[in-house]
Amino acid sequence: MDPVIRIKNISYTYPDADRPALDGVSLDIMPGAFTAVLGSNGSGKSTLAKHLNAILVPQSGKVFVDGMDTIDEGNLLAIRRRVGMVFQNPDNQIVANVVEDDVAFAPENLGVEPKEIRRRVDAALKQVGMYDFRLHAPHLLSGGQKQRVAIAGVLAMDPEVLVLDEPTAMLDPRGRREVLDAVEALCRERGITVVLITHHMDEAVGADRVLVLDRGRIALDGTPQQIFSQTAALQALRLTVPDTVALTVRLNAAGMALPTDALTPAECAAAIWEALR
Amino acid sequence: MLKDITLGQYFPGDTPVHRLDPRTKLILTLVYIAAIFMVGSWGGYALVFAALASVAAIAHIRPKALLKGLKPLIFIIVFTAVLNLFFTGGDDILFQWKFIHITWTGLERAVSMVLRILLLVSGTFMLTYTTSPLAITDALERLLSPLKKLHVPVYELSLMMCIALRFIPTLVEETDRIMSAQKARGADLETGTLPERARALLPLLIPLFISSFRRADELALAMECRCYNGGQGRTRMKQLHMARQDAAAFALGALLVAGILLLRRLGI
Repeated sequence: MDPVIRIKNISYTYPDADRPALDGVSLDIMPGAFTAVLGSNGSGKSTLAKHLNAILVPQSGKVFVDGMDTIDEGNLLAIRRRVGMVFQNPDNQIVANVVEDDVAFAPENLGVEPKEIRRRVDAALKQVGMYDFRLHAPHLLSGGQKQRVAIAGVLAMDPEVLVLDEPTAMLDPRGRREVLDAVEALCRERGITVVLITHHMDEAVGADRVLVLDRGRIALDGTPQQIFSQTAALQALRLTVPDTVALTVRLNAAGMALPTDALTPAECAAAIWEALR
Repeated sequence: MLKDITLGQYFPGDTPVHRLDPRTKLILTLVYIAAIFMVGSWGGYALVFAALASVAAIAHIRPKALLKGLKPLIFIIVFTAVLNLFFTGGDDILFQWKFIHITWTGLERAVSMVLRILLLVSGTFMLTYTTSPLAITDALERLLSPLKKLHVPVYELSLMMCIALRFIPTLVEETDRIMSAQKARGADLETGTLPERARALLPLLIPLFISSFRRADELALAMECRCYNGGQGRTRMKQLHMARQDAAAFALGALLVAGILLLRRLGI
């Protein structure tokens, strides 16, 4: 299977910056995979996200989306249609003052037939569980609801890849859960490739693959189990481990012998139960 | 407090007036305004008033809502009345006291001017009360679309209007938040002389401005990510359709104009 996004040794330095934001990153993203990108502030994770749909183009190296080079301006619309992007602040990505009109914005831009737009808008809103709110004004929705509308707005383009740049950073715990559940369902049920940029370790637990960036380089790359068992390495990168791992490590230090690959709260609880029996 | 601001005073509803194509309502509002200036007799005013009252009744707009909308105009109305009443010349003097003299012509003119203003403004309220600002923008865009040939960026202008409307509540919320933050730090926004209060607004406006620029930047990026590429080649999910009811509305509009002209000719 060919990767949907292929990143070949890219580097990028912002104007006036003294060190590169990305420094020789190579990465293949396979279709249908859920990749979480972690990293502390300034690790380059947002810069990496912006390279995935040609908001930024690499100063050296190449990014290919479905074989199309992002540096070629002629590919721009085709790339943006395939790689949808959701940002941190839901307020600043909603264009219209009715939910369904906002979701229709992207397919309208693409010149899709009105009937097909209607179908896509309804389908996208149903996928994120916001269909009942289609006639609401966005500013009256909660943060999690707004962010799901923003996701629907991107889904209406029928993208192959969904890139989310810290989509839960401004949400309360409930809103975070809503958004993550919607994203996981899109990946698992619809087969959409997901790249989730986050600094909440807990959000990476359900991913297929976790990348940890540090100062513009990929520091760790593996399954969540492989990554989160390296407690010392994560701490060296100024990252904390998920709460479940922290608990497991402390219990093990106190004399228990728990497996370190129980990441979700349910798995962790089951492992503790098993050890206590 | 700031959240109470409503713009355009749209009252959602599902009456025949609400269901009319916004383009029809926009055009008919223009026709109505022109018709008011064609009125040349008292009977004409009565006819226009009857038309207005029936539209209001069909659209379930209560007279109270209309009066509330007219309230801010009191000054202009009184001013117009006084001006016409006292400064119209003529021989048919009705009342005279020292240098003040009121003529029949003056009284007639004052009453008709006030009626004109009242009917004009209430008529435009019929449009804004029954049509959402978004639908009005949409109608404007489509009616002005022939101007695209002259390179007038009609679509872009209407998108600007939409975004402005969309962000009003967001910015109001943000202003509220900044106000609370400044008050918490001891800013006094409510007392003092006018220049003092104006100066006190600065710490409010500067953060608001900066954050608006940041928002605009992020919104532009999000729009680009959703393949925004200008108005060209764009389609619309919601198509406007002129239906039979629109034809009926135009017919009624034409009848109104004909009636006014007829009454004027007859001098009733």
